[in-house]
This record gives sequence, structure tokens and C-alpha cells, in this order.
Amino acid sequence: MPVMEYIDAIRLAMKEEMERDETVFVLGEDVGTKGGVFTTTKGLMEQFGEMRAMDTPLSESAIAGVAIGAAMYGMKPIAEMQYSDFMFPATNQIISEAAKIRYRSNNDWTCPVVIRAPIGGGIFGGLYHSQCPESVFFGTPGLKIIAPYSAYDAKGLLKAAVRDPDPVIFFENKKCYKLITEDVPLDDYIVPIGVANVLREGTDITVISYSLPLHFAMQAAEELAKENISAHILDLRTIQPLDRDAILEAAKKTGKVLIIHEDNKTGGVGAEVSAIIAEEMLFDLDAPIMRLCGPDVPAMPISPPMERFFMLNKDKVKEAMRNLALY
Amino acid sequence: MKSETSVQQQSKHEQLGLTHHQVIDMYRYMRMARLYDERSLILQRAGKINFHVSGIGQETAQVAAAFALDREKDFFLPYYRDYGFVLAAGMTLKDLMLSVFAKAEDPNSGGRQMPGHFGSKRLRIVTGSSPVTTQVPHAVGFALAAKMQKKDFVSFVTFGEGSSNQGDFHEGCNFAGVHKLPVILMCENNQYAISVPVHKQLGGKVADRALGYGFPGIQVDGNDALEVYRVVKEARERAIRGEGPTLIEAMMYRLSPHSTSDNDMAYRTKEEVEENRKKDGVLKFKNYLIEHGIWTEEQEAELVAELTKEMKEATEYGDNAPFPKPEDTLLHVYAGDGEVKA
Repeated sequence: MPVMEYIDAIRLAMKEEMERDETVFVLGEDVGTKGGVFTTTKGLMEQFGEMRAMDTPLSESAIAGVAIGAAMYGMKPIAEMQYSDFMFPATNQIISEAAKIRYRSNNDWTCPVVIRAPIGGGIFGGLYHSQCPESVFFGTPGLKIIAPYSAYDAKGLLKAAVRDPDPVIFFENKKCYKLITEDVPLDDYIVPIGVANVLREGTDITVISYSLPLHFAMQAAEELAKENISAHILDLRTIQPLDRDAILEAAKKTGKVLIIHEDNKTGGVGAEVSAIIAEEMLFDLDAPIMRLCGPDVPAMPISPPMERFFMLNKDKVKEAMRNLALY
Repeated sequence: MKSETSVQQQSKHEQLGLTHHQVIDMYRYMRMARLYDERSLILQRAGKINFHVSGIGQETAQVAAAFALDREKDFFLPYYRDYGFVLAAGMTLKDLMLSVFAKAEDPNSGGRQMPGHFGSKRLRIVTGSSPVTTQVPHAVGFALAAKMQKKDFVSFVTFGEGSSNQGDFHEGCNFAGVHKLPVILMCENNQYAISVPVHKQLGGKVADRALGYGFPGIQVDGNDALEVYRVVKEARERAIRGEGPTLIEAMMYRLSPHSTSDNDMAYRTKEEVEENRKKDGVLKFKNYLIEHGIWTEEQEAELVAELTKEMKEATEYGDNAPFPKPEDTLLHVYAGDGEVKA
């Protein structure tokens, strides 16, 4: 089983799906000749031609809208938003159109589109190359939203997204692209959408998260084990629909829950996860539900100390985990 | 010169390849749409239905365009005033009445959407929404699929001149122009975006914008059925030849208020409306048929009686049809919703 980077796993998923099904194609800015600004689509144009790895005009609403139209016809488009920060011009197409096509047509028309968008900071991207816009789309019924942390999941979930009959937003973490390296099978496997995954079994505290912060949580858990703090870690993987059963099971395991995400705290995914736990098992808890999130500022500044202040890291996560354990 | 003389002996519709039967059929759909629209206004005023959005004054261009397309294979992305278009594309008065009464059997949306939000996969009428012009990139997506899959259909999309100011119009046009896609964009310039007159909406002509996207833009009298038919037919031929999109700006006038929630006398005069009523394309087409000896007032009376009867039956059917079950509100968010779980 080859070791590969998270970004390679995403590329491999697209390549395999394009080989499997000729209606699958990728469109976006710089995805063709250049192979993507991050190299995510590198080699696809050479293999599949410039129609199936299509360089588009700089217009996100058209990238999403044209993909939606093609999907309604029966194609399986993967629309790339170069940065999730630039996704907002396409929001009307995603929320008013893609999310509602099945519902508004009473199940007559469908929209099996995938929209890929890199999220997250820590790359000196400043306000507009660092955002985590999950909460803008989260809570829009009709959309599925995936945010993988591992390279294995990135491949399996993207392949599941391409085959899904409904619109899926695939939030890939750009800091994970090169940071996360692991064994990824070359065979045709799928990771099901809507199913969370226990990354680490533990007995003292439960950490629920998705995407990059899990990297810090796993490191912190390793170190906290030496302090006899045992952390149970759940990777949501899919943030819509949330895996309620897995969330409740993980929370029950320890009775102490910390929810972590880089998106800012107010109105984030963590608020919903917290509400689910509070609704179902408040009296089984041994501590208040805690959240560690990005601060409620408009976006991440580029200046290094400011970026460091905004970003989560192993030490911040470890401290929050220890505080909860000691509660 | 001789051949020209002999051509002139043919009537215009024959020159365009339309039979007497076809032009009478066109007229029939125009009258049907007009009657439907008038009936829906009355139903709303009588409190039988909640809302109606009108297309009176726009039926001529809508029906003419539909006849110029291939109604067996093309994909249609109409906007909310296109009753004439969707009727000509195969939707029935009963279908429209089920929609306006918001009944379960409504083929457009099962009673979920406002009237005028068309959709029928069977008829290749693509489901639409209320935020205007989002359908333009969708039409481009269908045309892209045609090119990628080497299929000989075109997509046809309509919108108002107000909508032509949205980003999605420009983004869609540009994308279609870059890839020379088989899409026909028809702006139904009805002179008003609700209350805002065209001179406050446009600094130039909608048709001229096509120049910037690298394809032809044609302004046409939307009250002239045969001219609209001609330009849409030519646009379709260009598209099928692989020569790319065409933008058509059909000039017309919205004779009715924007919707049943609108009082148009707050922003325009009765005189202005009456002046435009004289230019009504439906009336003009009727006169054309009579002048060419293929239509009579007797036939007109028979047609109106027949359509009125059909309308009455459709109205009764729509009125008496069951509503969706309240809990069906929860169905069809995702695939498989509502299926019986094993």
C-alpha cells in the first residue's frame, strides 16, 4: 500500500472516478494546463483532455451554475473553487439551486454535483486565502458537506461524493495537503458519507472535531497519555448530515466533551454538535460541553504573530483537553 | 429577380417552412396561454388561489420560439412568465391548474413552488427558481453536456431584461461564448422589471452585449411571431452546426401588472398600457391568419369555446384535486427520502 500525501489522495480519487465513468469531469480556474494552483488536478488534462479537465473563465457562479446544469442533464461534474474564500459568488447557485433542485421538483430533477473547495489557514494566506466557510453552508438542507482529515478518507469520501445522487460540498484542508501523509490503498474503495470515525479510543475525555484540528488533537492525546489522561477522539468526516449516533456514543463514552474547529465559534458546526448532545444526554455529562474554535473575527490576518494567534495548534488543543480532563 | 417574385407569392410562413396547420397551431397556443393567464387572474381575485404571475403580452414570442425548437429533444429553461412556451412544449392546462392550486399532482413541483416555476423532466423543462437568471448558467451546463456527449440538442433559456443585469447572465454568456456551446438565450424585454422602466435598467441594448461575448446578438419584434420564429430557428441551426450561442432580445410589453400583488397604475398610466395593447402580437397574428385566408371569425369563436371548455375542466380538476399530505413536506430532501425502509 503506497504512502501518499492528502493532496495525492484527492487527485487519485478524481483520476479513478474519471477512468471509471466518462461523465465525470473537473472544471475550475487553472485546473487544466497548470494542474491547479495547489497541483490537485495535475496530470488530469494530459490524461483526459481539456474538456474533462477544463480551465474555466474566472467566474465562480458560472463554474457552479454550469456544473449544476450539466449535473441535471446527467453528467457528474466536480467543480473546483480555487479557494473557499472565493466561493461566495457561487453561494446563490449552491444554496438556492443545487440544494433545492430535488426538493422543488418533487424528486423529478436531481443535481449530483460535487463542489471542491480548499479551506483553512496557517499558510500566510491572509483574510481571503484562509477562511473556513463551513457555517455558511451548514444547516442548508439538501446539501451534503464533507471535510476529511485523513488522506485515506479524502480519497474514499471524494469517490463517494462523485457517486452520490445529491450535491456534495467537499471541503479539503489546504494545510493538510502536504502535512498528512499515510498509507492509501490503490484499490477502488469508498468511505460512506454521513458516517463518523473513531480515531482513538479513550476513557477520560471525548474530542469531537473534523479536518486539520484532529491532527493537533491526535498529537496532544499522545502526550496527554503520559499524564494518564485518556482521550477518545471522533472524526466527524461528514459535517452534514451529522452522524448523531456516533456523536452521542462518543460523548457517552467519557461524559466530557470538547468540540474543536478552526471555523469561528459563533454559529459553527460545534454549536450544533453541542446542542445534539445537550438535547439527548445532558444529565449523563460530567462537565459542561466545551468548544475550542477560531476567534469571532472576520478572518485570519497575514501577519505571522496574528496568524499564530488565530490558528489552533497542538499546545492550544492540549491545554483545552487537559482543562476538560481536570474539570 | 424572377425567382424573388415567385417567392413573394408565397406567404411569409410558407417561406419559413411553416404549414397552414402549424401556424394555426401556434395561434392556438397563444390563445390558450392568454386565456389561462386571464383565468388565473380572476381565480386569484375571487380568492380561489393565492397568487398568479402574469405573462400577458409575451405569449407571441414564447410560442413562436417553442415552434422553432426541436420539441422532441431540446432542453428548455423558461422563466416564470412563459406560459405560452411551456404549453407549446407539452404542458397542459390541467398541469398548470394543478400548479396554481398547489396540488399534489402538480407535475412542476407537487404543489411546492409558486405558480410559474416550471419543471418537467419528461418534457425536458428544467426546474426553475425565483432568484432571477440562475437558469442561464444551467442552460450553459446543458449545452456543455451536449458538446461533451456529442448530442444534437440545444438548450433554450429565457429571462427578462431586468434579469439580464444579474451576474449570472454575464457569467453564463461568457462561458458559453468561450466554448461555442449550443445555447440560445432569449431575453423577453417587456419594458419593466416590476415597476422599474427599461430606461432605468439598461444603458444600452441587451442584444448588443453579445458582441462582448463573441457571438451574435439580435433584436427582434417580439410581437411578430414569424420574425421570432425565424431568428430562433436560425439560432438553432447555428448551434447545431457548432457555431455557438445566440442572444435574442425580443421586444414586447408586459400588458398586465407584475403579479397579483402589484398595482401597476402606481408607476405607469392606463394610456400607456392601452397604446401597447394595440400592438398585441396575439391579435396581430390572428389578423395575419385572417388576411391569408386560413382563419375566420367563426373558427375563432369555435377555438375560444373549445379552449374555454378545456379551461373550465382543468380549473375544476385543479380545484378538486387533493392537496399534498402535510407530512410530505419532509420528502425529497435527499435521494431515498420517503422510501419504505426494509
